[in-house]
Formats: sequence, structure tokens, C-alpha cells
Amino acid sequence: MIVYGVALLSACLIVGMLIGEALGIALNVEANVGGVGIAMLFLVFASNSEKFKSLTEGAAGSGIKFWSAMYIPIVVAMAARQNVAAAVDGGMLALSAGVAAVVVSFALVPVLSKLGNGPIEDENDGQGAI
Amino acid sequence: MELIETVFVRNNLIVAFAVVGVTIWFSYLIANKFTHGRIHGSAIAIALGLVAAYFGGVATGGNTGVADIALLGGIGLMGGGMMRDFAIVATAFGVQLAELKKAGIAGVISIFAGVIVSFLVGAIIAILFGYTDAADITTIGAGAVTYIVGPVTGEAIGASNAVITLSVAAGLVKSILVMIGTPLVAKYIGLNNPQSAMVFGGLMGTTSGVAAGLAATDPKLVPYGAMTATFYTGVGCLLGPSILFFIVSGIY
Repeated sequence: MIVYGVALLSACLIVGMLIGEALGIALNVEANVGGVGIAMLFLVFASNSEKFKSLTEGAAGSGIKFWSAMYIPIVVAMAARQNVAAAVDGGMLALSAGVAAVVVSFALVPVLSKLGNGPIEDENDGQGAI
Repeated sequence: MELIETVFVRNNLIVAFAVVGVTIWFSYLIANKFTHGRIHGSAIAIALGLVAAYFGGVATGGNTGVADIALLGGIGLMGGGMMRDFAIVATAFGVQLAELKKAGIAGVISIFAGVIVSFLVGAIIAILFGYTDAADITTIGAGAVTYIVGPVTGEAIGASNAVITLSVAAGLVKSILVMIGTPLVAKYIGLNNPQSAMVFGGLMGTTSGVAAGLAATDPKLVPYGAMTATFYTGVGCLLGPSILFFIVSGIY
């Protein structure tokens, strides 16, 4: 049943969000701390576990794959509802702060990526680029 | 005309599916015909979405881009936080635990490094533009973290409304630039494997920016980047009104 996969996905998101909200309250922060990330971890555990096979294989699995495939269309819709006009209206200060933060962060990606990679893995990763 | 409006508004989510579908079809057509696949079709679709959002915002004066146009209201639901998070979680289906563990520590470090570096850069720009009040500098720095951290921090430490608005704008610029810039710089920053995607998500942090930027670069990387990015705003809201504000007020 397709809906079993969709229900599993929904349950992961709801439980993750609840934990994220609780973390936010515990840390005295007005935000959901990592709810989506925690939900993703649940789904990774479920899809790697034998116990949840009936919810992640066959038709149930296609229920999850459908939403995974809808990701890009949803992101396109998300782009279309951004407050681009306000970003443009922010003037030079907002523009410089935003641009500078992105440029510096981009530059740090290769530096921090090395922390997680041994020299041998680097070679393999290089081939992935071709 | 009224007939069309009634049907479109009543079925707004369905209209959104159709409109987004046509947009993506058109984008892939352009990507294949004119750039021979050198620019990803989804990158073009996202750029078209942003351009449409700009004109939607200017035309209606609202703050949700195209979704403020009554006939396209469904775009707001389809592209809203609920659907976005649902689809992001779905992309984690099939991710191998081993890949996550490999970059675990680098991913965690990148979240803190990303928040602090973006904050510093934003704060320095604020100082360069002549701000001398600690609350103002902190709020603009927090805006450079994400457009959620900016107002949360600003309201917590009592910054003025004008500065809070500026911090939101700075965060929006960042988010949009990550959407557009990521596919262009991916090659140069080694963004081609799960580990660097996790670091990327942690450093950039804007969930929308990372989600769209990676989708336009390589959809296989999305779950890894999204995983770390979703912790970023929380960490930013944690550090902004506390440690980072104390440091800035110690200097000013």
C-alpha cells in the first residue's frame, strides 16, 4: 500500500519536528532546532532497517519515492514565493552583508571538507567529478 | 473571467502543480536546446521562479512573491514550509548511514563555523556602513546568518524595526544568492560528494538556499546538505542573542 510509505514519512517528520521544538524550548531558543534533520535521520534508520521493510519496499516505498521526486518542483514553487522584492529593496548594506557572507562561506567549503576525508577517499571523490 | 477566477482559486494547489510543471518543462527545454545541458534545467526553473517572485512582489506589494497573486495562491502552499520539509525528508530515503558518519564531525563543526563566520562578516559590514550600536551590529550580523536568525535576535536584544527589516533583507540576499550561485561554483569548491555536501549545508545554513542550490547542482547531494542545514538556524538563534551579542557589546 502506497499510503504506508507516505504515513511512515509523515510520522518521521512529525516526530522530528516535535523533538526539534522541544529542543528549542529546552535551549530557550525561538526556533525549531534541527527538526527536519532529525526526521531525516529517522527515515534513514527506517530505510536501513529490516524491521521496517514492509513500510519501505514495494508499493509503500513508491509512496516515499514520489515525494522525493516532487522535491524539485516544490523547490521551484518555493523560489517563486520568496520575498525577492524585499531583498532588492534592502539596499547596499543588505546586499553587501548577504553577498560577503555567501562568498566567505563558499570559500570555506573545501577547507572544512578535508576534515572528513582521508587522502585515499579524496582520490575517489575526484573521480566523481568527471 | 469570473468563471476562470472561481475555478483557479478554488483549486489553487492543483493550478500550482500545473504551472510548476509547465515551468519545469520549459526550463529543461531551454537547458537542453540552448545550453546543451551545461546549465541544469532545475537551475533555470529556480531562477525563473525567483524572477517571477520579484515581479509578483512588486505588483502586489505582498511578501510571498507570486503567491500573492490570487490566481497563483496555490504556489504559496506548494512551496511553503510544510511541503518543503516533507519533500526534504523524503530525499533522505535510501541514504546510507555510513555516508553520514563519514562527515559527521566535519558536518557539526561546519554548522558552528558557518554561523560564526556569517555573523562576523555581517557585523563587519554593518560597522563599515557606520553602525556603532551593539544591538544594531549584532542584528545585522545575525541577518547574514539567516533571515530567521536576524529578526529573532533583533527582537530579543531590542533592535529597532528598521534594522530588523535590514537584517531580513540581508538574509534574503544570502538565501537567493546560494540558490543561484551554488551550481556555478560547485566545481571550484569540490561540491561533488556527500561529505562536502554536508559541510556545505552546515556552512550556508539557509534551508531554502541549500535546498534549491543543491537541487540545481546534483539532486543526489540534497539529503546530505539539507541534513546539516536544518540545524543551522537553531544554532544561530541560540548563539545570536547570547554569546555573539555579549562579544559585540563587549567591544562597543
